Amino acid sequence: MSRARIATVWLDGCSGCHMSLLDLDEALIGLAPKIELVFGPLVDAQEFPEGVDVTFVEGAVSSHDDLRLAQTVRARSRFVVALGDCAVTANVPSMRNQIPPKKLLERIYVDGVNVNHRVPADGVPALLKQASPLHEVIRVDLHVPGCPPPAAAIGYVISELLAGRRPDLAGKVKFG
Amino acid sequence: MPDRVSIRIDGELLHARLGQTILEAATAQGRFIPSLCHLKGLTPVGACRLCLVEVAGIGRLLPACTTPVQDGMAVTTRSDRLDRYRRMILELLFAERNHVCAVCVSNNHCELQALARRLGVTHVRFPYSFPKAGTDLSHRQFVLDQNRCILCTRCVRVCAEVEGAHVWDVAGRGIGSRLVCELNRAWADSRSCTGCGKCVQSCPTGALAMKGFAAEEMVKRTETITRLVEAKGVRA
Ligand code: SF4
Ligand code: SF4
Ligand code: FES
Repeated sequence: MSRARIATVWLDGCSGCHMSLLDLDEALIGLAPKIELVFGPLVDAQEFPEGVDVTFVEGAVSSHDDLRLAQTVRARSRFVVALGDCAVTANVPSMRNQIPPKKLLERIYVDGVNVNHRVPADGVPALLKQASPLHEVIRVDLHVPGCPPPAAAIGYVISELLAGRRPDLAGKVKFG
Repeated sequence: MPDRVSIRIDGELLHARLGQTILEAATAQGRFIPSLCHLKGLTPVGACRLCLVEVAGIGRLLPACTTPVQDGMAVTTRSDRLDRYRRMILELLFAERNHVCAVCVSNNHCELQALARRLGVTHVRFPYSFPKAGTDLSHRQFVLDQNRCILCTRCVRVCAEVEGAHVWDVAGRGIGSRLVCELNRAWADSRSCTGCGKCVQSCPTGALAMKGFAAEEMVKRTETITRLVEAKGVRA
């Protein structure tokens, strides 16, 4: 059996969902022979590859870079999972959504500091007007809410998908 | 007229007292009908529509919390259609405000969150409105966070009916509706609030909370409100 090509993506989130994935602990060893991790913060690949079976996306879509990467993910993945509340609801990143980005950045980097009154522009992606849940910008095949989703829920999702079944999460996950 | 009636709930024949609502009759038999605006002891208002049920022979859905039982009534509390509508109602409640459960004082103790889990709501299909909802931090002991208010009016009713102060009301229309303290003044400036905290304990979400509580710390004591009303009823 060929190994499933799995990718993980980290958009506007705290990496807690990736930590929760690592919390699978020894179960990861059992998964290792069945999957090939082709992209994500846990591997070296620089570019999101073609022909991915399942991509887990952590984080809200907050910047133009997030949006571009989300679109690439969709175009190159058979199955996209929104992993965790930031990807599912926009969660904490959306708490800025009532403030226009320019005002927000000035509040933080100009009014909010004593030195270096300057909004950083070099090498940081421009913010979108609002942070959005992933499914408001691309089609999402499965939502796994939770902040973070418990490792057991992530493990269940992975093993069901590897077995070719659609995970039924009713009653197993919650927001927050 | 006999004061006991026979009804069918999901096919099962049960006895109920005349004057009971469908929700009361079902709950008394240990059955679960989702509800949010209902709090035992307060006047039911049928505001959230989560408890909608099908009643044989009636073409529209009826709220179980306000509909009295009648002899021979046949009620369906679960169906694909009801499940669909209930999930939709929950999703609309989430889309209407900024709940951000992860950082809420009532995370893991919230009735809205618990129902979403129970009914299998894993995401919200409607676009979030991200409104500027505001908070009232003026009161010495309590906080009102409009971001998490679902307009169930439990606080309005407990304050008016149990405490007798009637501090809260709902102002505005539709999606612009907001809970207001006496004709829209800061809570600290209320002339009638006694500081009893009944509104806080009745609130199903983190919209009303005690000050000084961090995320996940605010557990509400709704059963205390029910007990209080029942004790009062005995005395009266
Ligand atoms: S603290 Fe008591 S009196 Fe004050 S608003 Fe709440 S329920 Fe009413
Ligand atoms: S503040 Fe709480 S109890 Fe009052 S209407 Fe809003 S959700 Fe209901
Ligand atoms: S519980 Fe019946 S309408 Fe809210």
